[in-house]
Amino acid sequence: MNSGDTAWVLVSSALVLLMTMPGLAFFYGGLVRRKNVLSILMQCFVILCVISLQWVLFGYSLAFGPDFHGIIGDLSWAGLSGVGSQPNPDYAATIPHSVFMVFQMMFAVITPALIIGAYAERVKFPAFLLFTLLWATFVYDPLAHWVWGTGGWLKTLGGLDYAGGIVVHVSSGISALVLALLLGKRVGYNHKPIRPHNLPFTVLGAALLWFGWFGFNAGSALAADGIAANAFVTTNTATAAAGLAWALIEWWHNGTPTILGVATGAVAGLVAITPACGFVNPMNAIFIGIIVAAVCYIAVAVIKGKLGYDDSLDAFGVHGVGGTVGTIATGLFAEKAVNAAGSNGLLFGNMHQFLVQGIMWVATVAFAVVMTLIIYKIVDVFIGMRVEEKNELIGLDLTQQSEAAYTVIE
Amino acid sequence: MKLIIAIIQPHKLEAVKKELETVGVNLMTVTNVLGQGRQKGHTEIYRGAKEAGGLLNKVRLDIAVNEDFVEPAIKAITKGAHTGDVGDGKIFIMELAECVRISSAERGQTAIG
Repeated sequence: MNSGDTAWVLVSSALVLLMTMPGLAFFYGGLVRRKNVLSILMQCFVILCVISLQWVLFGYSLAFGPDFHGIIGDLSWAGLSGVGSQPNPDYAATIPHSVFMVFQMMFAVITPALIIGAYAERVKFPAFLLFTLLWATFVYDPLAHWVWGTGGWLKTLGGLDYAGGIVVHVSSGISALVLALLLGKRVGYNHKPIRPHNLPFTVLGAALLWFGWFGFNAGSALAADGIAANAFVTTNTATAAAGLAWALIEWWHNGTPTILGVATGAVAGLVAITPACGFVNPMNAIFIGIIVAAVCYIAVAVIKGKLGYDDSLDAFGVHGVGGTVGTIATGLFAEKAVNAAGSNGLLFGNMHQFLVQGIMWVATVAFAVVMTLIIYKIVDVFIGMRVEEKNELIGLDLTQQSEAAYTVIE
Repeated sequence: MKLIIAIIQPHKLEAVKKELETVGVNLMTVTNVLGQGRQKGHTEIYRGAKEAGGLLNKVRLDIAVNEDFVEPAIKAITKGAHTGDVGDGKIFIMELAECVRISSAERGQTAIG
């Protein structure tokens, strides 16, 4: 046991909580119309409550518990049975097992919250609740086990996902695309502009995400050591490169740089460096930042418009696409000189790692697509995913929660 | 009695108010409004998507005056709000049927000033 490691992972857990609430909540909340801002804050807050409990009751055991054929953990750690102050050397030998558990809890919380961006402004609250619980249990928990759980088949295969590019961002981003396609466009999308109602909220949220992401990435070292330091430095470097690159690209493409562009680029950079941060050097982090800004910009500003799906807040365009770039980049830029426990990537002569990253990506996408389809159908049959058109026009704050964010007269 | 409705550029409000005060018109109601004229609004860009036709911010003044003050008020508003470009705004003048001061129940010309 090491008190420095324990202190750092405890603080990191709190930093990752901050990413969901208020970080992501305000990042997304500012992007919707004023009639729906409370629905976003509510969804983020409720996910924090529900998944915290799910994780303690059975989620942690499914994801990290004793392996069942490489597919999922068993239920022997349900209710945190045996998960206490003694370390579990399979995951982290120098911190209490319960600290590792609570750090992972915050990842389990933010992942379904990322999906909110796809169905924002048109989903029924009870449907959201059921979908989130089912998705966390049947998509996130197994995937976390595959990639991070002892005995998980992708971990055994040698897949590298330092802090969740695959488990968090590709899984949520792809599921978001499926949901956006199934739910259909918001009423009025394409016919009249749907403007963000409060960009200062969005910028505040993006800044809090950047801050919290140091816990997400550097905390994933599960120790206060040199690897954590490298993850911290590469995280900041890639994010800076991506924020600046996005602004320069839109300046060239549209004639003007925007703060929403800088904030979006920065988040894309954070997403892409997530799987790579513990394995790559800072110079390659700059490349990753520039590449992800360019690819996500094309996905959001060009391809989304051409294909016509309504991914309201670009959950797929930033997290799905950015996570994919990061996963591939890890297979390119990873080097043992940075992290001896990792592997060399394609640029360091290791084709095998590049292929393993590809297999991991394909498996995750296939699993997330099929499961999201099934869960959507179940929820749609029992509750109905989408609100009635009348309620969508009035707004989710009034129709789903009977409250309003802003008053016009006192 | 006339009701003057003036639509002006928001940044010209202070200048217009000052000009009106110099000709003795001190009472007005001011509101933020949205609108477009010959310049056809403006374009906004969100994550690379251009959205044209955004309405512009304008300020609207509602001023009730007696006949003697109509021309001085028009001149004052024009002087304060003029730049010579499109978007400077418009002034509308209409007949005012009645005016009641709530505190004293006075009516008509004595109630206006």
